[in-house]
Amino acid sequence: MTALVKMAGIDLRHGGDTVLHGVDLKIAPGEIVTVVGPNGSGKTTLLRAILGAVKPVAGRITKRPGLRIGYVPQKLAIDRTLPMTVGRFLDLPKKIGRQEAEAALTRTGAEALTDRQITDLSGGQLQRVLLARALVGKPDLLLLDEPTQGLDQPGSAEFYTMIAEVRQVLGCAVMMVSHELHVVMAASDRVICLNGHVCCHGTPEHVAGAPEYRALFGTGTKGALALYRHEHDHAHDHAGHDHG
Amino acid sequence: MSLLDGFLVRAALAGVGVAISAAPLGCFIVWRRMAFFGDATAHAAILGVALALASGLPVFVGVLLMAMAMALFVGWRDAAQSADAALAVAAYSALAAGLVAVSFLEGVRIDIEAFLFGDILAVSRGDLAVIWGGTALVISLIVWRWDAFLSSTLNEDLALAAGIDARREQLLLTLALAVVVAVAIKVVGALLISALLIIPASAARPLASTPERMAQAAAGVGALSALLGLWAAWIFDTPAGPSIVCAAAFFFVGCSVLSRKSS
Repeated sequence: MTALVKMAGIDLRHGGDTVLHGVDLKIAPGEIVTVVGPNGSGKTTLLRAILGAVKPVAGRITKRPGLRIGYVPQKLAIDRTLPMTVGRFLDLPKKIGRQEAEAALTRTGAEALTDRQITDLSGGQLQRVLLARALVGKPDLLLLDEPTQGLDQPGSAEFYTMIAEVRQVLGCAVMMVSHELHVVMAASDRVICLNGHVCCHGTPEHVAGAPEYRALFGTGTKGALALYRHEHDHAHDHAGHDHG
Repeated sequence: MSLLDGFLVRAALAGVGVAISAAPLGCFIVWRRMAFFGDATAHAAILGVALALASGLPVFVGVLLMAMAMALFVGWRDAAQSADAALAVAAYSALAAGLVAVSFLEGVRIDIEAFLFGDILAVSRGDLAVIWGGTALVISLIVWRWDAFLSSTLNEDLALAAGIDARREQLLLTLALAVVVAVAIKVVGALLISALLIIPASAARPLASTPERMAQAAAGVGALSALLGLWAAWIFDTPAGPSIVCAAAFFFVGCSVLSRKSS
């Protein structure tokens, strides 16, 4: 199968600094890839490069011709002066009609929100609406930037379950950035750990055991790692295959 | 004697024309929090007046060029985030430089107040043609690019995922702003152009639940303000431009109070 996105020797800049160096990576159809890494490690920049918002200063990004991308941004800061209902929001930039909008909202459990103002939604509701909007164009690849930021733990667990369902139904690949290592890893086929470059990648088990990963997250985040290990011990039942 | 011979009729047509292009554009200025951006562009108009008088160009052309230059300059500089203070520096520097430049022009006796506060009662047929031409241009642009403008206002990356280049849409909005400034200077003057952009849009906010409604309501409020302001100026013998802005402020207060009562 041809890869949806292929990066070869990519260097990326953000605000004048090279934040990522020499990135090689492929995204295959239908897989869930999670990008982890400390703050400032270039996770969001990598996602925005796939989107086309950041141009690489070196290397090549190849996208499958006609690739449709659905994007869920980290946050949506709509000014309160902009009146916008959920239904109208899904109609942008192309009119899709009430029926299709409601179908998309139903898929993400947000069907009751069609006539609500975006600025009145809670964080969890907004995430569902953003996901619904990203699904409207029937994407081949879904890009999610810290999609569960601001959600509590049950809320984010629910969100990841929804992502897994969406992948199953639509067959789209998913690439997401997250800081919730322990939750996300169990839901991913493949994990990429960034810190200025790809320091390790592979199945969640492989990455969690890699010395590079432990060097990054083993110190200073002992609590989180302990939590991860605990969860990880019970999460061997998903089908992980090694892409590394 | 045709209807357009009455200076009050011409003034009313000019005011309404400017208001219905300024108001929908003003919605974007408000949504994108670009109020100072509007100020900077409008204040550069005085520099444009000086340029026009010095070079013999029509005032409209000089103002249009200068407003575009300023809008492009601050738009390019503040592509990342529009820093409040930087824009204010640009706005007031442009205004002061314009006033100084005008004072250097020898042999030209001009009434600078007309450019600062507008001179709507002196609108000629030619001015009317320019105003309505500019209005038609801006309205067509907004209608044509509406969904793209709205998408890039919401979130640049989301727009990009849908194939919309947010930078290009911002550039188009910026150029539309320069056109509005150029046609509005005759009506309300450089100092109060921003008011005509922002007050009707803000007044319309509580009346609307979708962006389309808000833009339409803003145009309505703007047009009514122009007529009410002119009427007041005629009755009370007050300056027309500031009277129009006062009328808009009156509508703003009215809409705010009404919406608070009903909610």
